[in-house]
Amino acid sequence: MFGNLTFNALKHDTLQNAAGYSMIFGGLLIAALITYHKKWIYLWKEWITSLDPKRIGVMYIVVALVMLIKGVSDAILMRAQQSIAISDAASFLTSDHYQQIFTAHGTTMIFFVGMAVVFGMMNLVIPLQIGARDVAYPFLNSVGFWLFAAAGVLLLVSLVVGNFNATGWLGYPPLSGIEYNPGEGVDYWIWILQIAGVGSLISGINFIVTILRMRCPGMTLMKMPLFTWCALGTLVLIIFAFPILTATLALLSLDRYLGMHFFTASFGGNAMMYVNLIWAWGHPEVYILVLPAFGIFSEVVATFSEKRLFGYASMVWAIIAITILSFIVWLHHFFTMGAEPNVNVFFGIMTMLIAIPTGVKIFNWLFTMYRGRIHFTTPMLWFLGFIATFSIGGMTGVLMSIPPADFQIHNSLFLVAHFHSVIIGGVLFGFFAGYAYWFPKIVGFKLNERLGRYAFWCWLVGFLLAFLPLYILGLMGATRRLDHYDASTGWQPLFIIAAVGVVLVTCGIGFQILQLIVSIKERKQNMDTTGDPWNGRTLEWSTTSPPPFYNFAIIPEVRDHDPFWTMKQEKKSQVAKPHYEPIHMPKSSPIGFFVGLFSLFFGFAITWQMMEISIVCVIGVIVSLVIRISENETDYYVPVLEVEAIEKS
Amino acid sequence: MTENIAVHHHDPDQEAYTKNVFGFWVYLMTDCVLFGVLFATYAVLHNNTFGGPSGKDIFDPLFVLKETLILLTSSFTCGLAMIAAYRSEKKKVIGWFCVTFLLGLSFVVLEVTEFAGLVREGNGPQRSAFLSSYFTLVATHGMHISMGLLWMAVFMAQVFRKGITLVTARRLTCLSMFWHFLDVVWIFIFTLVYLMGVY
Amino acid sequence: MGVAGILFLFYGDIAVLNPKGMIAHQESDLIITSTLLMLIVVIPVFVMSFIFAWKYRASNKKAKYDPDWDKSVVAESIWWGVPCIIILVLSILAWKSTHTLDPYKPIDVTTKPLKIQVVALQWKWLFIYPEQNIATVNFFQFPEKTPVDFEITADAPMNSFWIPQLSGQIFAMPGMKTKLHVIADGVGNYRGSSANISGTGFAGMTFVAKSSTQADFDEWVESVKQSPKALNLDEYKQLAAPSTNNPVASYVLASEDLHNWIIMKYMMPMKE
Repeated sequence: MFGNLTFNALKHDTLQNAAGYSMIFGGLLIAALITYHKKWIYLWKEWITSLDPKRIGVMYIVVALVMLIKGVSDAILMRAQQSIAISDAASFLTSDHYQQIFTAHGTTMIFFVGMAVVFGMMNLVIPLQIGARDVAYPFLNSVGFWLFAAAGVLLLVSLVVGNFNATGWLGYPPLSGIEYNPGEGVDYWIWILQIAGVGSLISGINFIVTILRMRCPGMTLMKMPLFTWCALGTLVLIIFAFPILTATLALLSLDRYLGMHFFTASFGGNAMMYVNLIWAWGHPEVYILVLPAFGIFSEVVATFSEKRLFGYASMVWAIIAITILSFIVWLHHFFTMGAEPNVNVFFGIMTMLIAIPTGVKIFNWLFTMYRGRIHFTTPMLWFLGFIATFSIGGMTGVLMSIPPADFQIHNSLFLVAHFHSVIIGGVLFGFFAGYAYWFPKIVGFKLNERLGRYAFWCWLVGFLLAFLPLYILGLMGATRRLDHYDASTGWQPLFIIAAVGVVLVTCGIGFQILQLIVSIKERKQNMDTTGDPWNGRTLEWSTTSPPPFYNFAIIPEVRDHDPFWTMKQEKKSQVAKPHYEPIHMPKSSPIGFFVGLFSLFFGFAITWQMMEISIVCVIGVIVSLVIRISENETDYYVPVLEVEAIEKS
Repeated sequence: MTENIAVHHHDPDQEAYTKNVFGFWVYLMTDCVLFGVLFATYAVLHNNTFGGPSGKDIFDPLFVLKETLILLTSSFTCGLAMIAAYRSEKKKVIGWFCVTFLLGLSFVVLEVTEFAGLVREGNGPQRSAFLSSYFTLVATHGMHISMGLLWMAVFMAQVFRKGITLVTARRLTCLSMFWHFLDVVWIFIFTLVYLMGVY
Repeated sequence: MGVAGILFLFYGDIAVLNPKGMIAHQESDLIITSTLLMLIVVIPVFVMSFIFAWKYRASNKKAKYDPDWDKSVVAESIWWGVPCIIILVLSILAWKSTHTLDPYKPIDVTTKPLKIQVVALQWKWLFIYPEQNIATVNFFQFPEKTPVDFEITADAPMNSFWIPQLSGQIFAMPGMKTKLHVIADGVGNYRGSSANISGTGFAGMTFVAKSSTQADFDEWVESVKQSPKALNLDEYKQLAAPSTNNPVASYVLASEDLHNWIIMKYMMPMKE
């Protein structure tokens, strides 16, 4: 019944033990704190069973921040190893451990920081921006989150019980096949991605219907805020790309569990098919991550330049172009696999084309600043940091889209520097900008600006120190994922500089943690009493901070983009006594949490080949959903008196 | 002229109807992509028989014809059930869906016997890449059918207890969309896998 | 960027930009040309972001404030148009160079090419000289100014065969044969490695490619032919077993068509 699970799975070397135990200790500490403050019931009622996208959004962001720390810890270990590993003996990490670390690093950052931030932001911002009270399917929203959280917990469990995947975050077969990697590592990774992927797909469907069907009256597509437009592009990518991931991982697991031959080296299998499929998902995935960041910057630049966003229509067409092009470039991830020149160059040219709409967006942002009145708040600083770092990343990306150039650079540290430039510069800086920008709206008080600035400078300088040397290392012939190298290569000094960069980035994170603590302590001085701390332009700023749980007592009607700005300019007089109706809202539900819980146990059980338990867990998920479908009263009405009371206060 | 559209004129159940059906279409598109990957994989791997049998050797067109007729008929009876649903004829709905269920079940049973036979001969999915991709494509469709059958059973129970309401009608609409979608996928399988494999 | 510049100056040993063979020369030129073309757009972006951020800061009351100016056909035409032109130029460059630098394309010189068959193993490289009947591990030698035709496969998970000073890389995959063509300008020792993770020992998969004069090369081949070790099928199977830190080894080739056998055993059921 326990499959392959034995007590051996808990045996690790000192470092892994340290990591595992500190994580368990941290978890126990948090549990103890919650118990001490007697907050379990509060947590259950107000957060775990909540179907409020504002709550779900905060939970996504919390997970993202915790996972960011884990991911950066992986990075610290990697930089430390590579700065001293001038021979096998000089390493402090074994090859296998190092390979698990960079695999976990990539998996954590892409799925549990990147995707978490995307869905977190969408939950927090989209309903408010489109003048809606909720998302299209509040219950599915909860299910999507708890599946994601289950996958995250499974990733953390893999730190302690057994080993993780050591074949890279995309796990190419045949290396990830049963012949070369028969253990639990690859299986953990497969099920983590599968569970998280299903969560992403569900949430993707949810938000696409939300945007397409629940905009307030007057908000045509061409009047939506840019963040929502970018989110729409992201969602189209999600619904078309994630099924590819699900199917591909399923095929790999059939190879591993049932001895099939999709991607095996012999018996007719074709590992190149895996590479194609996984990147047919993988390329849209990176645009899924970066498009919302573009959206955030559009909001931030317009607000903090006190000016309308330049070229709205252009920006929308650029988003559409980027979305469509994302689907036809995937082969640039493996130009070196030996395709014919015509094939290679087709994908190369398609890849290059994406630079055009992306460049247009950058120019439009710059010209939003032109003749504006710019305030260098933290979000604006993150934007400027983005311009610096993302441009380098974009440029090197176009460089690599030329196949013969890529023949030299593929899989080298130059590639690693490129994608970190665009992901950190784009996705992460975008998130940090959005975090500072919308924090007061969601939480009710502003973040400490000074600490935010310190964090920004540490991140920017740290990033440059950590990654510019990697561009050079790549050109020197340094491949990615090496756990040691020869001193005669002359690479070590550059690795040491990169390690210093990571230390600075860690300081940046330290400042961000400090910022949160200090801001909470000083919250009374920084309360957002108006709901509009930044003189904003879009609908979310028309609510209180934080908004009432139903967002809008009266659904707004809009005529233009930047509707709140227009409302403020026209100094719309308040109706003497607004006419309230009872508001239809969903009830909380624990079912989403239970679906997540069963999925977590399923993922663990099937990784360790505990088949009976796996089947029980699947039945658990099905039964939970059947219970939900059979429920009679899933919604309720907020009575007018209650609405009035809330609106008055 | 401002109007508070929020609740005043709209029944939330009615809003939910169009919203949910639309969302279900979006879901079906994602399922399409999933099957697309399986078809693409079959296309790439179907000649990789590694010394084992090819489609010509193992496909039985007559057997497949039987399966196809059963499934097509079940789509028809599903349609009849939905007509009854829009007329709120509870008994007919349950009746026609029961027929659909039995037809769907027969389909699955037939498919399982085909697979069992192949495995007994030593031509299971582990034999070659061709067989892996064949079994997976067809079995994924079969598993979707099975989930549909489970869904049908649950909904029949609901309709029995609650009758045809806006909520149950909406769910039945989604179920029938799912069922017809699986029929379309089967047409593709029938054509691209079986017919093109044998002829 | 200043930091990068300084580092650049100090590091003369940047392999990709210090090519020693015709293919690598062309790839290096391509990288430099493309970068310069793109700087046409990137430098103005940097300059503008600095200037605009400074000039239009809120505390600068002298700067013009135009809060509703959000359209300009001229401006948009420029930044849709100029990037389009640059991308067009890059596309033409890409088209031409991808065909010229196709790894499968033989090098266009009159000298007779040397054929080397490469096998990526766990975790070392095997080089087979089918015409000279020798084989080596983690080292191979070839004459300068002579085209080398590689046929590459793997008896291991996916690897990537890369000698940056001579050319870009290409995957080495089990059951498949890829090709690469290089030529060295002169004599020298060039570092090669695997550029795709293939298991715990993959970081150690480095090798040396040495180009020498024709005479030196012939001498070397003769000396290898005196090797006590013969690479027959049994010896090969032993060699193919996972191992790390393999020293350079030399063999007399003692099996017919070994490279082909290695590929074919993945493609159809073998009796042995």
